[in-house]
This record gives sequence, structure tokens and C-alpha cells, in this order.
Amino acid sequence: MPEINRRQRQKLGYAYTFLSDPKAEVIRRYDLLHRGAGPKGTDIARPGEFLIDPSGTTRWVNLTENIAVRARPQQVLKAFDDMQAKGGP
Amino acid sequence: MKQRWNWSLWIGFLFALAGFLSYTFFAQFPVTRDFPWANLLLFAAGGIFLVLGLFRAFGKAQVYRGKVFGPILAALGILIFGFFSYAFFYQLRQVPPSTGAPRVGQKVPDFTLLDQDGTDVALGDLLRRSKAVALIFYRGFW
Repeated sequence: MPEINRRQRQKLGYAYTFLSDPKAEVIRRYDLLHRGAGPKGTDIARPGEFLIDPSGTTRWVNLTENIAVRARPQQVLKAFDDMQAKGGP
Repeated sequence: MKQRWNWSLWIGFLFALAGFLSYTFFAQFPVTRDFPWANLLLFAAGGIFLVLGLFRAFGKAQVYRGKVFGPILAALGILIFGFFSYAFFYQLRQVPPSTGAPRVGQKVPDFTLLDQDGTDVALGDLLRRSKAVALIFYRGFW
């Protein structure tokens, strides 16, 4: 929900966009649904991280198999640098 | 002769408890979050103190107390460690595989969702005005 995201974003002090997918439609389209893993058995997203170039092509993906292990900022920045160095898809 | 307080047992138990409770703190740092080194060290320290305490309670029963409390604290310590191991090494890894997620070189599906201010945001629009977009899916039940 936008309102909850707005508060959470403010609390964490993040400047990037937070999008809401309350019915998990986009989560499903990206095959990232974690059935029943949310509060009261609701469906939520499993973690997934993508770097997408302006043509809409995936240039880097991280699909962790451990909730505690997420991509580190340096990994994403490196993927971005690699992408810039390589140019087009 | 009055028996001495078997502090080793209590210190050991406190270490085990700290090993469990401190993960929320250590989870803030990638090094101790990805693998719980710090927590396992605390558990190891707890184990050493508990074993020492048990040796004192049963080996030097005339000197130290803890014949009753020793096994109880040790059992609780093991239980806490077991629960931590189960949560960290099993539960956190119960992430469903994602075979259909966009792979490197594949186009991602476009979408429009509401941002934190309730404004429609289309991925396509973001891509048109950026050098790249980092798309992060959070579990997000905050």
C-alpha cells in the first residue's frame, strides 16, 4: 500500500521509488510468488533483484535461496559498471 | 562447607541466549548477516562455559553448586541453539525456486504500479528516462 510504503521509506531514509503490488500481480508475472509466507498466510514475494537496461533487457539477476542473503550494493554497482562498459545488449 | 556459586553455568547460558537474540543486531551487517559467524561464536563460548560449569557441578560437587541447575541450563542452551540452527539453516532457506523470472538477456515484462505517493509509475517510463533500473522485490510485510 502506497501509504505504508511512504512511511517505511521515510523511516529508512531511502530516496528511491517504492512501488506497491498489493495483489501480487507483478510478483506473479515475474514468477516470484512465495505462497503463504506473509503474515496470516498471505502470499508475498520471494526476494529478487534485477538490473534492467533502457531497452528493457535484464543485464543482471540475483535470486537468493536464503532470505538472509541479499545482493550487496557493490554487486549492483559493479553490474551497472559492467553494463556501461559493454554497451548495448 | 558452603558450596560456591557455579557462575560458569549462568555465563554459559547467557552467552547462548545472547547468541540467539543478537541476530537482529548482526543482521544489519552483511558479513554477519549472510552467515551468522558472530552468533555461532557466542554459542560456542556458551557451550564452553556450560561444559566447564557441568564439570564443576558434577566433578567437584563438594566445591560447586549446580547439580540441578546445571543440566537444566545446559538443556535450555542446547534447545536455544537448536532453534537458532533450525531457523537460520532451514527456515530461511525455504524460498521457492523461480524458474520463470527474467534471466540475463531476456526482456522483462512491463507493468504499472502505484508509488509511495499514490502516483502511477510505469516501468517503461522509468527505463526511458534512466541509464538503468534496479528492480528489487522485497518480501515487504512492513
